Parts: sequence; C-alpha cells; structure tokens
Amino acid sequence: MSTTFRGMDVVSIRDFSREQIEHVLKLAEKMVPIAKGEERSVLLEGHVLGSLFYEPSTRTRLSFDAAMTRLGGRVLGFDQPTGASVAKGETLADTIKMVDSYCDIIVLRHPQEGAARLAAHFANRPVINAGDGAGQHPTQTMLDLFTIRKEKKSIEGNHVVIVGDLKYGRTVHSLSEALAMFGAQLTFVAPPTLQIPKEHLKAIEEMGHKPKISGSLEEVIKDADVLYVTRIQKERFPDPAEYQKVAGTFRIDLAMLKDVKKDLIIMHPLPRVGEIAPEVDATEHARYFEQAFNGVPVRMALLGLVLGGLK
Amino acid sequence: MKEFKVTPIRNGTVIDHINVGMALKVLKIIGVGGNVNSTVSVLMHVPSKKAGWKDIVKIEDRELDPKELDKIALISPNATINIIRDYNVAEKFVVEVPNIIKGIMKCANPGCITNQNEPVETEFVVESKKPITLRCVYCDRVTTEVADNVR
Repeated sequence: MSTTFRGMDVVSIRDFSREQIEHVLKLAEKMVPIAKGEERSVLLEGHVLGSLFYEPSTRTRLSFDAAMTRLGGRVLGFDQPTGASVAKGETLADTIKMVDSYCDIIVLRHPQEGAARLAAHFANRPVINAGDGAGQHPTQTMLDLFTIRKEKKSIEGNHVVIVGDLKYGRTVHSLSEALAMFGAQLTFVAPPTLQIPKEHLKAIEEMGHKPKISGSLEEVIKDADVLYVTRIQKERFPDPAEYQKVAGTFRIDLAMLKDVKKDLIIMHPLPRVGEIAPEVDATEHARYFEQAFNGVPVRMALLGLVLGGLK
Repeated sequence: MKEFKVTPIRNGTVIDHINVGMALKVLKIIGVGGNVNSTVSVLMHVPSKKAGWKDIVKIEDRELDPKELDKIALISPNATINIIRDYNVAEKFVVEVPNIIKGIMKCANPGCITNQNEPVETEFVVESKKPITLRCVYCDRVTTEVADNVR
C-alpha cells in the first residue's frame, strides 16, 4: 500500500479506490491520540509543508498546520495572496515551481477550479488539494467519511440525508459519490433550484444506487441515520424574501428533531450561518465540532502516507 | 453530366460533409483568412444525401496537420477529408474524434484555472463521441458545448 501513496497527489476523491480510502481512515484512527496531544510523534520531523492559501480558510488551514506540527514537521506559506508575489501578477505555475523547491509537500487552496491539478502538473513534490473553487475538496470528504465511520462503526447501510445547497455546495458532490461507493443510502433534500445536479445523480445511479430526492426535510428526517447539513448561500437567490423562506424551511432546531432516531448524528462542514440553531449543539445528535476536529487525524494520516512516514 | 458550381482543384484539400452552417467556423479554426495565396472555395447549404444539407470547403495548395483534423472532428464529426494531388483524390478519410483533446479548445467553465493566464495547455478526456462529451482534466467540468470553444 505504501508504494501507492508515497509521492501521490491528492487532488480529487475520484483518484482513490475504496480500499485506499479505507486505509487512510484506519490510519487516521491511530492518529487520534497524537492529534489530541495525548501522545507525541516525530514521524515527519525534518519535513516542511508549503501551505498556500489563496482564499480565507479557518478549519482547513489550521487543521493542516496542526496535523503537520503534531507529527514534528514544519509549515511555511501564506494565508492570503495580498502582499505575496501573487498580488504582483505571478502565475500559479510560477509560484508552485518556486515553492516546490522550498518544501517537501504542497497544500493548496485556490478560488479557481482545477488549480490543484495544475499545481500537481508543475510540482515535483506531492500536492494536496485543500479546495479549488467550486471544485474538489478531497480531504473534507475523507474527514466526513471518517466521522460517519467513527460514530456509526460503518458507512455501509446508513441512511444519509444531505440537506442544503446541493447544486453549488463544494463538499456535497464528492461526498455523495464517495458515500455511494461505500454503500450508504442517500436522500437529497433541497429547494428545486438548488437540487443535486443531474450528472452527480447519474454517477451515483451508475454505482447501482437509487437516491431519493425530496423537497421536505420533515418527510425524511425520521428515517435518517446521518443528517448532513450545508449552508444555503443568500447570493444564490435574486429575491431576499425567497431566500428567507427557503432558509427557514431547512433550519434544524429542537422542534425539527422531535421524532428523529435516537442515534441520529448531525454533521455540517462549517461555518454555519443559521442552518443549525445553537440549541442543537447541546443535544446528543450534534457532531459538527467533532467532525471539525477529525480533520486533524485524517490529514495527519494523509501527510504521513504521502511523505512516506506511514505505510 | 454533373453540373459543378465550383471547379475541381489541382492540389489541396476538400473538406466535405461539414455540418451545415459550420464552414466559416472550419476556416476560422484552421486559420484560413485573408492571408492565403491560393484559392479557397466555400459552399454552404449544399444538398446532401446523408444529412439533408451540408457545407463544403476547398483549399488549394494546402494539406491539414493532425491538430487541424482534430479540430474539424470536434465541430463536425462526420466531415470527410479528400487530399487532392494533381486533380486526383490521393487520400480520403473521415475525421476521427481523438480520445484525448489537447490544446485545441478552451474549457467552457469560466472558473477553470486554464482560463486564467497560466502557461498550460487545456486537456479534455472524451467521455462520449456521440454526442461529443468532454471532461476537463483540470476542473472536471463535463461539457457538450464544443463548437464555440474550439480555437
């Protein structure tokens, strides 16, 4: 397995087989005590991570930093392009070629779709995609899978209800395809204008699944094992009144959770903007902060595998 | 006896069975403009037994390179190429859509990194040849809007 990961670019979840993802998730489990600071590690001592964030990010950037630092490595880079040569008009290709010579691995967040694939094209060092515009965000998908597996013991057989902006939401497309690959049963809940795009639905159906499509959360939430909530962005609606109406319909509060399964878990990639009422945080269902933490062990496992410290 | 609206050419290329209305686009993508030294004939909306109507382009003293043939295949997959040498058809073949398209069209996704000022060739995987469906190797966007993006 180590030969397949060492030096590998992590650009899209589609680049990984189910076995490879399972291997990452198993190793991530072993990383948890180190991620929590309960154990020390020097696994990646002497290694340098180039962290290039062309867009603001809190969780992804900090969890990559935490993952690298907890394993004894170091991080250099920037968290906004202003002031960098980028602001002077340097191409991404040139920046990548330069940073490539300063570090052992590159983590890239960029507003343009396909930026990570381009970086991988120009870099000799492995590139990890930390989100490229509306495109891929493979480490988010892995940490989402990790969270479900950890909480539910397996992914297969769970009924996962995904609600929110399913048309433009970056995390939803790759997550839903990965969940289908792992044998989860899927239901997509969204207003008609923000439903899951046909090509993604088709990709899931080609894997032998028949996902449900619904416009009403009340109708499907009772049977859910996992409720995955994403943000509905105000700017998608030409009419603010229409936005208020839609956002209200998909808001998760205690009343909405009245008849749900006792072991339902609620996830959200964060940041949330009113989709989940703060009163839900204290319930036994909330898992979004654990999910955010899980980004650290999952990214530790990936860094270890790609840099060759783990097998 | 057949009536010829355009006379045969001695040497050059006849691109036949072009999708009707695409002749000028064919000239544009193979770079035939006002700067050629030989005759270029364009026939538009010609009756065709196969497709009802078709366009034809005849370019004297010019043979096409593989990249130009790929471009024609993308906008007119049924086009046939007749290479004429000394008034005879020396070669005749139907263009073929390749499995990988490199550098000859732009991505339909305005948010794709290849539409920025990056020093990289575009690249597409052909997911289906009928209808032509391409997936950008960089941004993963799948598109059937091909003709407008060939350059």
